[in-house]
Amino acid sequence: MEAIETLAQQEYKEGWVTDIEMETAPPGLNEDIIRFISAKKKEPEFLLEWRLKAYRHWLTMKEPNWQYMAYPPVDYQDIVYYAAPKNTPQYNSLDEVDPELLATYDKLGIPLEEQKVLAGVAVDAVFDSVSVHTTFKDKLAELGIIFCSFSEAAQEHPDLVEKYLGTVVPYRDNYFATMNSAVFSDGSFCYIPPGVRCPMELSTYFRINTAGTGQFERTLIIADEGSYVSYLEGCTAPMRDENQLHAAVVELVALKDAQIKYSTVQNWYPGDEEGKGGVYNFVTKRGACKGENSKISWTQVETGSAITWKYPSVILQGDHSIGEFYSVALTRNKQVADTGTKMIHVGKNSRSTVVSKGISAGNGQNVYRGRIQVLKKADGARNYTQCDSMLIGDRCGAHTFPYIDVGNNSASVEHEASTARISEDQLFYCKTRGISTEDAISMIINGFCKEVFQELPMEFAVEAKKLLGISLEGSVG
Amino acid sequence: MALLEIRNLRGGIKDQDIINGIDLTVERGEVHAIMGPNGSGKSTLGKILAGHEEYEETGGTVRFQNKDLFELTPEERANEGMFLAFQYPVEIPGVSNAYFLRAAMNERLKYRSEPEISAGAFRRLLDKKMKQVDMDPELARRPVNEDFSGGEKKRNEIFHMAVLEPTLSILDETDSGLDIDAMRIVAHGINQQRTAENAMIVITHYQRLLDYVVPDYVHVMYQGRIVKSGRKELAFELEEKGYEWIREEVEAAG
Ligand SMILES: Nc1ncnc2c1ncn2[C@@H]1O[C@H](COP(=O)(O)OP(=O)(O)OP(=O)(O)O)[C@@H](O)[C@H]1O
Ligand SMILES: [Mg+2]
Repeated sequence: MEAIETLAQQEYKEGWVTDIEMETAPPGLNEDIIRFISAKKKEPEFLLEWRLKAYRHWLTMKEPNWQYMAYPPVDYQDIVYYAAPKNTPQYNSLDEVDPELLATYDKLGIPLEEQKVLAGVAVDAVFDSVSVHTTFKDKLAELGIIFCSFSEAAQEHPDLVEKYLGTVVPYRDNYFATMNSAVFSDGSFCYIPPGVRCPMELSTYFRINTAGTGQFERTLIIADEGSYVSYLEGCTAPMRDENQLHAAVVELVALKDAQIKYSTVQNWYPGDEEGKGGVYNFVTKRGACKGENSKISWTQVETGSAITWKYPSVILQGDHSIGEFYSVALTRNKQVADTGTKMIHVGKNSRSTVVSKGISAGNGQNVYRGRIQVLKKADGARNYTQCDSMLIGDRCGAHTFPYIDVGNNSASVEHEASTARISEDQLFYCKTRGISTEDAISMIINGFCKEVFQELPMEFAVEAKKLLGISLEGSVG
Repeated sequence: MALLEIRNLRGGIKDQDIINGIDLTVERGEVHAIMGPNGSGKSTLGKILAGHEEYEETGGTVRFQNKDLFELTPEERANEGMFLAFQYPVEIPGVSNAYFLRAAMNERLKYRSEPEISAGAFRRLLDKKMKQVDMDPELARRPVNEDFSGGEKKRNEIFHMAVLEPTLSILDETDSGLDIDAMRIVAHGINQQRTAENAMIVITHYQRLLDYVVPDYVHVMYQGRIVKSGRKELAFELEEKGYEWIREEVEAAG
């Protein structure tokens, strides 16, 4: 299996650091730092109060330790909680943007210039903590769509922020979410007015860039009645020696007949072969299908991070609402991915589908942790869960922990699981057809993940396949 | 120079030779049948030629298209034009047969420094080859061999061969597990691929296949050696008399 091992250890290709002057808060976490952040961002009073409530609550909480992982203790007083690129005007054209920042995007393969033209994708590029460039804003504004940085939203649309912030992930939710609520730096905000179908995919590229800077993005997406939006989140990070904590919160709100599709391709630095230097990714992502017939889909492809701890969830409050979760998680070297989803059925005839594909190579450990909860009043609720694991080599592992909790007799919950290994015989078969081991593995993994990839928007699917070391030649048949 | 020239080949698994000195010369345009009792080493020979990593050559030489075969990786051998139809074809879940074949085809073109085949041209090629070997188009869309019946898997091997147009095909018991009609169809498919430029080694237990795919030579393998060679009549003799007399002959010869 030598070739497989080599592939599994393929070096992280996005490893580089951009040297841009930062305006940085001193390390450490206390009320003064929170006031500093809030003042920097010219936030309304309610937001500062909310942050402080969260901080005070956080002080009473204990770090969770039940996950299937061990990580070195994080010194929260050693983290820098605010870093923004210096001089942060909202640029009118690319010429005004720091050329080094643009070079950064080039290395990521996402030249903004091209993206503007391409496929109608509006890019709200979050560089570290502050939005630097937003495109297509005018076009979106015509439709009444708000797509901007969270900070901007707090200033310009405080009523919307106040109405929805924390309604899906309350500030007391969990250790990392509470911390985020206290110190979040920036993120994206998106509001789609009633009946509007967002004509383009909204896209954000995140990138961790300052050594030792914890990343605490906060994203809030609201789809008002009868609206639709597809949102893309993509991440890569430069190579680092010290672990970087990332604790983001994403809240989605879908009102009656509204639909939100949220796709993520995540490629943070996973650490070296020993797992040293990787990103710790503790994220709280949750959507609420608040209205009847609303729908929220999470699709994610995870290939990065030293440790990932992430359970995008849907609370199915509305009758006939739909929740979906499609996930591919690849772990190699010493990576650990502890992911899964929660589907909480509250409304009648609410439906959920979960498709999870875990790929483990090297010493990678993949954990699927899912909870399907059907509350008493959720007559006719249905869930289907499919959980497949693929093992490459014999030092890796896959673990599945499905929790099912059904409080209504008319509900139906189905769970299917499978584990496969790429066998020598399969690889030999491919070779006798002229296909190299590397290409064969890509092809097999690609096939294994097909159900998830087909949920991704086209350009993202391509990126996802690339991330898995796959060269896509355009399929036939 | 012959297409394939095997000289005193020995090899097998770790610490144990299964092939104990084989000589075989295959010219372009020829069909060689290899018969012999279970466990005599027929499949092992095919795997060593195709380059299965579990098996190792321990002596002798093999030249394929005037190249030292053992200098080539398995995929290079394939791209040079060698093809192994498996006795037990492997399933590759999630990868459509058509996609798989196109990948294989493009590898081959790349190896020969030729441009890739376009999606349209490839589809036309598939259609043509499906007709040639009477393949259900549905099977081209489905994942490679996944949930195929035993017979469908065998037919798929011949379909692969038809698409890839190898110069040397080693068909390991492609006829076993086929019903009578399927056997005729597969044999027809094989015959369609016969040209003056390519050659085949057909491993089989049954004379019946050789009624359709008429071999130029028949070889009998026993204990890792070719102990008897003849023309197609030898297959009739084996069908009639079994292998006992071969064993006796070998033992008598000491
Ligand atoms: N990987 C292996 N490990 C152990 N023994 C093996 C292995 N491969 C082959 N053998 C042994 O080598 C001998 C030859 O096997 P092979 O499969 O080549 O026979 P065959 O002539 O193809 O038989 P059949 O007609 O049954 O297909 C058998 O005794 C078999 O058990
Ligand atoms: Mg055999």
